[in-house]
Amino acid sequence: MKAAINKMIPLSVVDGPGCRTAVFVQGCNIACAYCHNPETQRLCNGCGICVSQCPAGALSLSGKNVIWDEAVCTQCDNCIRVCPNYASPKVRWMEALDVWEQISKNIPFIQGITVSGGECGLYPEFITELFTLAGNAGLSCFLDSNGCVDFTKHPELMVVTDKVMLDVKAWDSQVFHRLTGKDNSVVKKNLNYLAKVGKLYEVRLVCLDGESSSGPSEDKEVDMEEVIRGVAAEVNPYLEDFKLKLITFRNYGVRGKMENRKSPTQNQMEKLKELAVQCGFKEIQIV
Amino acid sequence: MNKILDIVTSKNLTYEQKVVALAHAAENSLEVLSIPERTHHYMDTGAICDLDEGHAPYRPRYIMPDYEKAVKNGCEFLQMEAPKDLDEVLQYLTILYRHVPSITSYPVYLGNIDKLIEPFLNGVTDEEAEKKLKLFLIYLDRTITDGFCHANLGPEETRAGRLILKLEKELQNAVPNLTLKYDKDITPDSYAELALYTSLYCANPAICNHKMHKNTYGDYGISSCYNILPIGGGSYTLARIVLPRLAAEAKGREQFLTELLPDCLSCMGDYMNERIRFLVEESNFFETSFLSTEGLISRDKFLAMFGVVGLAECTNMLMGDPQKTYGHNEEADDLAEQIMQVIADYARSAKAVYSEVFDNHFALHAQVGIDSDHGITSGVRIPVGMEPELMYDHLRHSARFHKFFPTGCADIFSFDPTGRNNPAAMLDIVKGAFSLGDKYISFYASDSDLVRITGYLVKRSEMEKYYEGEAVLQNTVHLGGDNYRNAHLENRKVRGLQ
Repeated sequence: MKAAINKMIPLSVVDGPGCRTAVFVQGCNIACAYCHNPETQRLCNGCGICVSQCPAGALSLSGKNVIWDEAVCTQCDNCIRVCPNYASPKVRWMEALDVWEQISKNIPFIQGITVSGGECGLYPEFITELFTLAGNAGLSCFLDSNGCVDFTKHPELMVVTDKVMLDVKAWDSQVFHRLTGKDNSVVKKNLNYLAKVGKLYEVRLVCLDGESSSGPSEDKEVDMEEVIRGVAAEVNPYLEDFKLKLITFRNYGVRGKMENRKSPTQNQMEKLKELAVQCGFKEIQIV
Repeated sequence: MNKILDIVTSKNLTYEQKVVALAHAAENSLEVLSIPERTHHYMDTGAICDLDEGHAPYRPRYIMPDYEKAVKNGCEFLQMEAPKDLDEVLQYLTILYRHVPSITSYPVYLGNIDKLIEPFLNGVTDEEAEKKLKLFLIYLDRTITDGFCHANLGPEETRAGRLILKLEKELQNAVPNLTLKYDKDITPDSYAELALYTSLYCANPAICNHKMHKNTYGDYGISSCYNILPIGGGSYTLARIVLPRLAAEAKGREQFLTELLPDCLSCMGDYMNERIRFLVEESNFFETSFLSTEGLISRDKFLAMFGVVGLAECTNMLMGDPQKTYGHNEEADDLAEQIMQVIADYARSAKAVYSEVFDNHFALHAQVGIDSDHGITSGVRIPVGMEPELMYDHLRHSARFHKFFPTGCADIFSFDPTGRNNPAAMLDIVKGAFSLGDKYISFYASDSDLVRITGYLVKRSEMEKYYEGEAVLQNTVHLGGDNYRNAHLENRKVRGLQ
């Protein structure tokens, strides 16, 4: 089984517990306004706009396919910047076995692997195969998901998945829709399911500063206090079993209406943490 | 006498540094060692370097007193009884340290300080202990003005160790260097993680592979720049073979391996034996030092460290192909291993005098370099700026070459500050590296004021003062400042990002 792979990071200290190899799949089922790697959202449609703008001459067009020559590429990422389609020409369709072969070279330095994206939930069969191989080698297998794919419908994947890191981007369904273009009922279903089966590693909240350049009417775009209270109420019996990660919004990589938005202050983040403590979360990390 | 006058009138030496420099100049006015012509030749080319140890050795280079014994028995010469509480043990140690000589005139080894202090913490609250330990640590940093000073922790977790780590993070001291002896079967993950977390704030402690060192001589300690030495003994001397300077006179690979290198090794061994002979037979050190007469050190627990430096450049010179370099090419690494094998064979066969503790042989040491080295990389390290893209490849390479060195071989990694949020990741890397045979790893954060130079620590802010011509407290700031510039340490690859 193949998946579109955007990149692999052999040594990651930010994708779950310990030292891990992170695999980023290409393609996402939602489009967050604050996405910091928008080039992972869609698959290349072969428009060819990037080809002439590659300063290293590493890209060429063959029919409707953009061909990437990794040996010539200088990783300047200009192709990603000029892509109007939120895609990247530096994506490879890889067999799970080939991905595993590369990951296995990182043993004994890693304790596990994490599949992120894009949205990992778009490739359940590929990941099932990859996790089976990794699990057999003694590595822990984590998913990093936006929660918009219903995990209860992929029991084979869940059997080989140790834990999931779940984004909860907004609690109010209309707010969620405005932010991502999709509905959040599946996110809540996944939150419940994963907490109950003990596969929730952390819930991640991207915290905005509450001020918007387009005026106070958008303040309610994402109400972080509402998200914290919502999660706490929804999975109240399990709050000691997973970590709450409060992610400070940073505009690095962001395109579109939020690209000039300010980060929340440390003080604002600490206040959210205080609220989380009051709500009963035990392990809370601000990053 | 101009050199003496220069010392006396210097503007960037403190009074204390002048006294040490004047003593060194006096020692060097003597010629008591018998050095053959051929050895003089290698010293002139710089292939054999005596690290400016002085012309008439009158104390061992590194002394590793048995502090546990001292704390248990008291010290007659210093008129001190065995300490009975925390105040007494801290005062006892500070006094004792003051009287431990070394090549730098400062103690290079302060003992397993966690274990020395731990028994005296019974009934003392954390708050009380912290206050006292803080004063103790500040005293050490401000009076042992030499970054080669080293203290050890672990492998067991102790309350004293935890308190020291907490204080070090806060104090940001360059002295002492700290090393945690780490053994995954003894050291709890949480304690090792605390140590690694701390190292991303204050570049201390480094992590030593306890499993690989515990059987070298029995009880060992780490002094100065990663010198693994027997407790109750130490090292008489450390000379080093500067491989690229020797390779400069080679007539091809074969001649280097079969003639030149063995000849130079033999000259260096003889020279080291001559130093040991004078120290043991003529200097009267072991007859007169209270450390020796009270059994805190014992002559038969001393050995001689045989230093190796610049394997990378030597290999690259002999390869003569910029496409095939050390750390990046199998053929180059194979040649490097062949070079090391010749050196290891010499060490295994040549006789080192008065070295019973190491079976009367020289003990190989990956010497980390000195301030005046230009284009010569520490020991068997891969040159700064040329590190493999992937840290794992770097560590695998290290494991291949660390195996040759019983008395210390280490790598230094500049790590991304995000590691502070996930010290377990660093521990995974350490565990992996140690399982492959890496012997010693140290980290510092790429944004930290304290940086590890070749083994010792210096503050970037202090180096700036030195560059401006100001006198600075620690003499290692001079060495570190020059080394940082000469070896372009700012180019060290930052790890943890991919």
